Amino acid sequence: MTTTSVPRLKARRTPVKHKRAIAIFLAPFAVLFAAFYLLPIGWAIGQSLLVVERDGTFGKPVEVFGGLTQYILVFQNEAFWASVGRVALFGVVQVPVMLGFALVLALLLDSPLVKGKKFFRLAFFVPYAVPGVIAAIMWGYLYSPNLSPFAAFTSGFDLLAPETVLWSIANVVTWVYVGYNMLIIYSALLALPSEIFEAARLDGANQLQIALSIKIPLVMPAIVLTAIFSIIGTLQLLAEPQVFRSFTSSVSSTFTPNIAVYTTSAVPNVSLAAAMSVVLALATFIMSFVFLKFTQRKGDQ
Amino acid sequence: MTQISAGAPKEKLASRTAAMIVMGISTLYFLVPIWWLFIGSTKSREQFSSTAGLWFADFNLFTNIGDLFAYNDGVYLKWMLNSIIYASFGALLGTLFAAMCGYALAKYRFPGRELIFNTVLGGVLVPATALALPLFLIFSQFNATNTFWSVFLPSIVSPFGVYLARIFAAASVPDELLEAARLDGAGEVRTFFSVSRRLMTPALVTIFLFQFVAIWNNFFLPLIMLRDQTLFPVTLGLYTWNSQVNQIPEIRTFVIIGAFLSIIPLIIAFLSLQRFWRGGLGAGSVK
Repeated sequence: MTTTSVPRLKARRTPVKHKRAIAIFLAPFAVLFAAFYLLPIGWAIGQSLLVVERDGTFGKPVEVFGGLTQYILVFQNEAFWASVGRVALFGVVQVPVMLGFALVLALLLDSPLVKGKKFFRLAFFVPYAVPGVIAAIMWGYLYSPNLSPFAAFTSGFDLLAPETVLWSIANVVTWVYVGYNMLIIYSALLALPSEIFEAARLDGANQLQIALSIKIPLVMPAIVLTAIFSIIGTLQLLAEPQVFRSFTSSVSSTFTPNIAVYTTSAVPNVSLAAAMSVVLALATFIMSFVFLKFTQRKGDQ
Repeated sequence: MTQISAGAPKEKLASRTAAMIVMGISTLYFLVPIWWLFIGSTKSREQFSSTAGLWFADFNLFTNIGDLFAYNDGVYLKWMLNSIIYASFGALLGTLFAAMCGYALAKYRFPGRELIFNTVLGGVLVPATALALPLFLIFSQFNATNTFWSVFLPSIVSPFGVYLARIFAAASVPDELLEAARLDGAGEVRTFFSVSRRLMTPALVTIFLFQFVAIWNNFFLPLIMLRDQTLFPVTLGLYTWNSQVNQIPEIRTFVIIGAFLSIIPLIIAFLSLQRFWRGGLGAGSVK
């Protein structure tokens, strides 16, 4: 035991050169990451395990350890789960529509069918420069029944009604992010060597066939990346619906999980809000991870 | 080649036309809202609601800008300045720290390297909104909410930047060069700032842009942290104005013109630096 571990210890120790430099390089980020990532996460977990107790109705409130009480409350909180269901529905529809749109535009930009590529690329990317809050304010007016330039349509068909507002918000998110996702997929397409298509073209394959059977499978990693970012973004949905609350009463104070967390913390019910944040972060983790594994296995087959 | 083009010239024309129609309609979809915002910014309050939304009425743009800048002691300009300070300094420091960390992870071997990288990578997946609430409560322990630092410091941290920096450093800084620098007697830290940083510059611009946009768009953290409106970034400022429109109707003009002015700097920065986006996005999807 000792005879083997001593040389191993030596062998492990010798390769670490430049310790001081490594420490200097890592320290600033590590300190900030610990303070503003790890500490809040640990704090949220700790806080989520506390409950407030009072001596009688008017007693002083005291925070005591409550185990998983807050988590049980989260799981019993219908408004929270309704908000989770809402963003899930949103994601199931909006993410594929947006990525499909982005993929079509990227493939068209990459095909010889389109002229003026530089202009289109810029035009499609411009909305990404508009912050979500600003985009939501802008579209809020475009949806308005009397101020919209499309009032002929919006006065007859209420885009801010309880049944439609989710999809009106989906359109805002799509508008902002299609160009960004298109650019990711388009860069992946540009990186493909063109010889791959030459053979197919000589065999008489048309652009659509080349796109479907060669280009899309090859840029799948890029599409998966955009899908993961979009899923994370959907679970975090906050700014756009929060802005829409000043345009319509259809967006409730628990419309998305994040708005529910914000509302709960303002009550204030900090421990419940912390438990909701932890559940949300875990859900994001699991969803991204499962999606990644699922697509990887599919790709291997 | 001739066979194909001779065989189906009509089909080719048809698919070209179809492709251009899709591109044209998409262009309208992406640009008409911004065009509307611009037109809206040029109109007086009365004409904003009484004239056609997509075309000019009396050209009031400069009067509107003057009124906006004067309103409430010029608080709008303060917001713009705040956004610029939060985003540019935050992104600058964030890029530097992410670059150093990513560089160390790419170029040195040490125990715990993969653990650190995986932890940081996990950080990419943590929703920023899940951090905002605990951050507020931690800052309130130190009576530091509603300060510049409460928004600035947390936004410096960019796990995605570290991820990109590691990929870029591995790809653009050859080990031989570092060895040569060592033989010349240069210290590791000096080599980073004089040699490696230069090789990584295009990548660093990409990281900077990503983080600049992330901070510029940040809404939840300022919303939770800040009460004093002279500390607001422009997104939060316009949000609060927009939620007051029903009580103070004249503020609507300021929301429109303020929204329009606030997106101009970013659009210009984007369009002029677009090649960096493409390079960076390509590298991000390599894995």
